Amino acid sequence: MRALFAFLAGALFGAGLFISGMTDTTKVQGWLDVFGDWDPTLAFVMGGALIPMAIAWQLTRGRRPVLGGDFPRPADQKLGRNLVLGSVLFGAGWGLAGLCPGPALASLSYGGSGHWLFLIAMIAGMVAAAPFRSRLNTT
Amino acid sequence: MEQDWIWGFVGGLMIGTGGALYLLVNGRIMGASGILGALVDGTGLRTMGERLAFLAGVILMPIPLYPLYREVDTHITGNWLVIIAAGLLVGFGTRLANGCTSGHGVCGISRLSLRGIAATVFYILAGGVTIALFRHMLGVI
Repeated sequence: MRALFAFLAGALFGAGLFISGMTDTTKVQGWLDVFGDWDPTLAFVMGGALIPMAIAWQLTRGRRPVLGGDFPRPADQKLGRNLVLGSVLFGAGWGLAGLCPGPALASLSYGGSGHWLFLIAMIAGMVAAAPFRSRLNTT
Repeated sequence: MEQDWIWGFVGGLMIGTGGALYLLVNGRIMGASGILGALVDGTGLRTMGERLAFLAGVILMPIPLYPLYREVDTHITGNWLVIIAAGLLVGFGTRLANGCTSGHGVCGISRLSLRGIAATVFYILAGGVTIALFRHMLGVI
C-alpha cells in the first residue's frame, strides 16, 4: 500500500512538472533571467503547488498518516551553514542547466542523452555530499 | 505564450496534490532530492520500496501525457561540460542543504518553515546570479 500511494504521489508530481512546463529548461532559466526575457511561469507553478500543500499541513494536526507511523517533526527553524552553502551551490547548478532534481527525473523519458548525463552527474554529487551529511538530521 | 501561466498553475496544483497525498497517506515529505538521495547514499534503503515507487511514478507518468502538451522539448544545453557541472552542483548542493525545490520549496514554504523559506531565497538568488554571469557576461549558456 505504501508503494502504491507513493507511486500515485510520484505520478501526480511528474504529471504536474510536465504539464506546468517545468521540465523545459528555458522556462526555468527564464524565471531566473531577470536581466533578459523574464518568464513568470515558475511563480504560478509554485503558487499552485503551495495551496494543496498548505491545506495538507493543516490536516495533519491531531491526526496520524493514513497508513500509520508519524508525521514529520515540526520544522527545524535553525539555519545552518550547510543549508546556506548547499542552497547556493544548488542554485548555481539550477541556473546553469535549468534543471532541479524533480524535473530532472520527470524529463528522463523524453529529454535525450543530456538528461541522462545530468542524472549521473547529480547522483555523483549526491554521493559526494554523503560524508558532509553525517551530522545532519534527516527529514 | 500567454497561456503558460494557466498550465503552470494547473501543473502546480497537481504537484501540490502529489505532495499532499504523500504527506497525509504515507506521512512523508515529498522532496525529490531526498527521496532519490537517500537511496543513492544508502541511508534510505529501509524505505526503498516506497522511494522506488515514487521515482517510478515521476519518471513514467509524463509518457502518456505527451499528446497533451504543445511540445516535448526540454531545450537542454548541448554543452556537456555545463551539464556535468550543473548536475554535480545540484546533487551536492541539495544533499548538503537537505532539500531542493520540492522539499524546501513546496513542502517547506507551505508550512512556513524558516529553513525552507531561507533555502528557497538562497537558491533563487544563486540561480539568478548564475544566469546573469554565465548568460549575459560570459555568454556560455
